[in-house]
Amino acid sequence: MNSKNLTLGTRIKRFWHKNWMGYLFLAPFVILFTIFVVTPVLWAVGLSFTDYNMMQTPHFVGLNNYKLLFLDDEVFLTALANTLTFAVITGPAGYLLSFFAAWVINQLKFKRAFALAFYAPSITSGVAMSAVWLVIFSSDRYGYLNDFLLNIGLIDSPILWNTDPNYIMTVVMVISLWMSMGTGFLVFLAGLQNVPRSYYEAAAIDGVKNKFQELIYVTLPMMKPQLLFGAINAITGAFGVFDIAVSVAGMPSPNYAGHTIVAHLYDYAFIRFQMGYASAVAVVLFVLTFTLGRIVFRLLSSKDE
Amino acid sequence: MIKIKWFRGQWLHITFAKIALYAVMLCLVAFTALPLIYLVSTAFKPMDELFVYPPAFFVKHPTTVNFSDLVVSLGSSTVPFLRYAFNSVVVTLTIVFLTVVVSALGAYSLVKFKPPGGNFLFNLILMALMFSPHVTRIPSYLVVNSLGLINTYGALILPNIAVAYNIFLMKQFIEQYPDELLEAARIDGAGEFRIFIQMVMPALKPAWATLVVMSFVSNWNDYFSPLIYVTSQAMKTLPLALQTISGGAAAVSVGRAGATAAATFCMTVPTVIIFTAMQGQVMETMVYSGIKE
Repeated sequence: MNSKNLTLGTRIKRFWHKNWMGYLFLAPFVILFTIFVVTPVLWAVGLSFTDYNMMQTPHFVGLNNYKLLFLDDEVFLTALANTLTFAVITGPAGYLLSFFAAWVINQLKFKRAFALAFYAPSITSGVAMSAVWLVIFSSDRYGYLNDFLLNIGLIDSPILWNTDPNYIMTVVMVISLWMSMGTGFLVFLAGLQNVPRSYYEAAAIDGVKNKFQELIYVTLPMMKPQLLFGAINAITGAFGVFDIAVSVAGMPSPNYAGHTIVAHLYDYAFIRFQMGYASAVAVVLFVLTFTLGRIVFRLLSSKDE
Repeated sequence: MIKIKWFRGQWLHITFAKIALYAVMLCLVAFTALPLIYLVSTAFKPMDELFVYPPAFFVKHPTTVNFSDLVVSLGSSTVPFLRYAFNSVVVTLTIVFLTVVVSALGAYSLVKFKPPGGNFLFNLILMALMFSPHVTRIPSYLVVNSLGLINTYGALILPNIAVAYNIFLMKQFIEQYPDELLEAARIDGAGEFRIFIQMVMPALKPAWATLVVMSFVSNWNDYFSPLIYVTSQAMKTLPLALQTISGGAAAVSVGRAGATAAATFCMTVPTVIIFTAMQGQVMETMVYSGIKE
């Protein structure tokens, strides 16, 4: 209409009249999201270029923190290596395990019971379950695993599961895998139940013969959104490994064998109060997970169809 | 292949492959369930059974002495166990309630009012799904600190309400809600808040039931918030209390083994109960959490 001829004031009034309800409903979320998510991310990026100990005002040091991180901080490189090893193994393994567990369960009877049994570990607390697993991995003869291995004669003396640097990460991985069938698993299960029967029938007419062909030609393409969600979940989960590692090996862990990026971040931020340096660690973590997230997004996005 | 008459006159076909499949799945179930069964069994073990050699898996003479130990003997230390439990309950329930309301309101606005800027916000939310929450820990701490919230319930509650995942899930679900119903209600003269509370929220029950479970579980188990936002023992929640009781890493100290098992039991049971109670609703919602552009 003749909106061009209206004064600015009238236009603002109209805009407000049309949208105030929407903004009102959105306000609580936006305010909290801005304060506790958006601002902190920007702030972390900013701080990572400074030296800041919370007592004095931060001062700009350029890329110094990043130089120190990658060139001089061997503990960080250990943490990075530990985290990458952990993520490369448990990320994909947990993801595939979740999918196949969901895929198999979907074809069984007693779906609900199976789903509960697989999902239950992931809703327990990492700290609480580490306490249980520590009994199994206990370093003396009382540990179930040591007891078992001693009995069948595979070892002569108990293995120091949670103090020997060679075993710490393995123990952390086993516990994490055990807990990995979480939200991703549920999303997969729900997605599987949502693929219409008629698609499978149509595929059978088109010559799809067995369950595996069904999986590849019908199920997977139909489940792209769920697969994407599960993958992003798996990435952020795998790179955030921390509480299980600390519960298993303590902090600092023997020879830093259980040290992770997040442990390093926590160490510098909340024990040494070197916020600038710790922020640089956070930014590295951000870049890692975000880049992987984008790649996965490209691969699995359903836009191209 | 064996055929067995199943109930309602159906035939149950049992093939070798199927038996093998069930066997494999039962082994996996053993892997997932045994630590949980052990956890339950240990919580009820009397002192002498906790330390028998060789270690025993199941409890022989169940007792509740560990629980009374937990409450009574640890009660004599500076902060009683019940205080930690109380903190956990208050903090978790408040977050769950607020996050459901805030996410539902926000998601409803994004989908049905479509205010300008909404798309931009949704892209930010999608981005926030993609990085681990640890990235924002330090500045969040600085924010919480500058708001003067350190050592208060506010520090444990406020940062955990606006979670990207929660509003994302709600949005996916609200998109299924028909506009025609809203229009009809508006024509009948119902106010927007009334429509939201009396029509939209009841229809979204599976979605918020899921949020209740997810948010209860993650906040009940949250280890980071109490670790960094509170320094006073009296404000800590169960995950940290558990670590204190068990003596932290490695050392499963002799005197505390029973109390640790009981505390672990107390921490785990509520989450399992909540999920089991709402499993049906949760499964219905999870379909919508796929990411589409």
